[in-house]
Amino acid sequence: MINRKLILCSGAAAVALAIAGLSPVASAQAEELVIESWRNDDIDIWNKQIIPAFNKSHPDVQVRFAPTPPADYNASLNAKLAAGTAGDLITCRPFDVSLDLYNQGHLTKIDAIEGMENFSDVAKSAWQTDDGSTTFCLPMASVIHGFMYNKEAFKELGLEIPKTIPEFMKVLAAIKDEGSYAPMSMGTADQWEAATMGFQNVGPNFWNGEEGRKALIAGEEKLTDAQYIKVFEHLAEWGPYLGKGYKAQSYPDSQNLFSLGRAAIYPAGSWDIATFNSQADFEFGAFPPPVPEGQSTCYISDHTDIGLGINAASKNVKAAETFVSWMTTAEAGELMSNALPGFFALSNHKINLTDPVAKEFVGWRDTCESTIRNSYQILSRGTPSLENDLWNVSVGVINGTMTATEAAEKAQAGLSSWYKPQQ
Amino acid sequence: MASQSNKGSPFKTHLFVFLLPAVLIYSAFMIVPLIDTLRLSFYSIETDGTASFTGWSNYVTIFTDERWSADFVNALKNNFLFFLIHMLVQNPIGIFLAALLSLPRLKLKNTYRTLIFMPTMLSVVIIGFIWQLILSPIWGVGDTLVGFIGISDGLPPLLGEESTTLLTLSLISVWQFVGIPMMLIYAALLNVPDDLVDAAIVDGANQWTAFWRIKLPLILPTVAMVSVLTFVANFNAFDLIYAVKGALAGPNFSSDIMGTLFYRTFFGFQLQPGNPSMGATVASLMFLVILCGVMIYLYAIQRRLRRYQL
Repeated sequence: MINRKLILCSGAAAVALAIAGLSPVASAQAEELVIESWRNDDIDIWNKQIIPAFNKSHPDVQVRFAPTPPADYNASLNAKLAAGTAGDLITCRPFDVSLDLYNQGHLTKIDAIEGMENFSDVAKSAWQTDDGSTTFCLPMASVIHGFMYNKEAFKELGLEIPKTIPEFMKVLAAIKDEGSYAPMSMGTADQWEAATMGFQNVGPNFWNGEEGRKALIAGEEKLTDAQYIKVFEHLAEWGPYLGKGYKAQSYPDSQNLFSLGRAAIYPAGSWDIATFNSQADFEFGAFPPPVPEGQSTCYISDHTDIGLGINAASKNVKAAETFVSWMTTAEAGELMSNALPGFFALSNHKINLTDPVAKEFVGWRDTCESTIRNSYQILSRGTPSLENDLWNVSVGVINGTMTATEAAEKAQAGLSSWYKPQQ
Repeated sequence: MASQSNKGSPFKTHLFVFLLPAVLIYSAFMIVPLIDTLRLSFYSIETDGTASFTGWSNYVTIFTDERWSADFVNALKNNFLFFLIHMLVQNPIGIFLAALLSLPRLKLKNTYRTLIFMPTMLSVVIIGFIWQLILSPIWGVGDTLVGFIGISDGLPPLLGEESTTLLTLSLISVWQFVGIPMMLIYAALLNVPDDLVDAAIVDGANQWTAFWRIKLPLILPTVAMVSVLTFVANFNAFDLIYAVKGALAGPNFSSDIMGTLFYRTFFGFQLQPGNPSMGATVASLMFLVILCGVMIYLYAIQRRLRRYQL
């Protein structure tokens, strides 16, 4: 009997506690902002750094970061938006996925929010309507492409950082001749590496960044033009300098080869910084994609990856706008960029980074022109998508199974089969 | 009711009751989706999400559009190769292993049987991962092994060359599934009465001739069934290729089979949006290919098989 009473009591107490625990949340719901995101890796950074920093200046707004696993994000967000249960702030995927959300009326216009003037057109392009007149997500972070190198290996072999493509090829040849390192760590088995770390990394220097990207969308340039063929020709030169068996080398293999010190150069995305910081026990640095001989302007792929938009159905639009506006500040940008080395804030503020390699990457924004991957806006909407075709042909030229001209013709044929301005 | 009043009628209500759950479940999860897939293949879905009836136009696109037909023919050809390798390697090895297992004086029979059947029970993702590691020219054990037999440049990137990727993947699949024909044929061999074999041995045959002249003819119906199962499984295959090579089934689509083509078309890939109606068309064509194959088997082979009363 006593036992049963005890259980009953404790049960009642538990229920009472649960109700007590719930009620503050329920009453605070009016001014609570919920952030939908796929970055579940970053939950600690949001809860321990970004949200507390925001609350210092805005103590009256509660913010809750509610991430979904990346692979489920798009589907679950769509379902929540349709059911009207989605959070107030929506983390935006770049380009068409978010554009669709805007077109369906799920995201609000945010051009008028204070602080939006701190972002360049390139930064905003991933979250604008095709004509660039309306922005619907705040550009939060980008990733930059370049090359990482093993500083100790370079010192040991007496090599200088290459600035031009001929210098780059000489460095590769020197590493190969010496023989103790694989010159460059990249594989073609996963395909995307060849396109993203290869084609989109070195390409902007050939097609003059934004100018070429826009001309391609406008139909004024074609992938069979000389500058694109030159990119493929350059990629074809990489083949002999990639490690043994690179055709069966996957992305994790590439990372491991570099972080184990078996390869001297690694065609990189800045997001690799965190991996190498924890795995590589040697000092590594980064250099921007080398320019063709005689070219003075350099271009980098500073690819917009994460944005933040406001749910049009939110009951707390004002508070959400306050949060978005705060996210445009230098303070927020600095917090994000330092907490996630390799993901860079997209605002024009001068940002102090602590990670030395991340600092090198972001420093190129001052010396080079920024652009984004040319296949991401509009050109991958149809079948075949330009992105998929670029994976395939970039692998082809590096593996030596396709010539540069064949690759360019194949990609162009795919694009012009459905994209009107290219017909 | 009728059956109760009329005892002579063979109509039995309880049969319906017993069949009902299976019929319902099978219809809801197999027949309805199948018919709906066939229906969807006659529609075209616009960008705003509305579907409109377009008749045979999806099929016309697949067979006449240069890119679609090239992709389809490539996937179909690769799929036939995939099947051919299974027929030529997996099933003969399966029969051979079953024959060995049924030898009367073999020790540790059950151990061998379990070991050979083991890979069949592993997840394809694990199989793909293990073989990618074994065959990796960078860290793989395969590299060292070929060194022992005097190949000094190490293992070529078997899973990275256009000429070898599909063959390698087929053989990995054979390795995984060889246990199934082995088990089925082993079970059939156990049904062959010992006295038939004993009589043959007394008449002067050895185990070898006894197998070819006595056992094999008796298990041919099982071999035929194994073949048709292989055909259906191979034309529905997808998982191993996807696990190892991704949805683009590279390099240059050299390992693309019907399953991966369907996945890419239906669900889209990376930035490419999915196309449900075109995907349904590919799925319908897969169904048609399998249907034709099974029909050929039923009419041309199964009817001619001779069964012996044992």
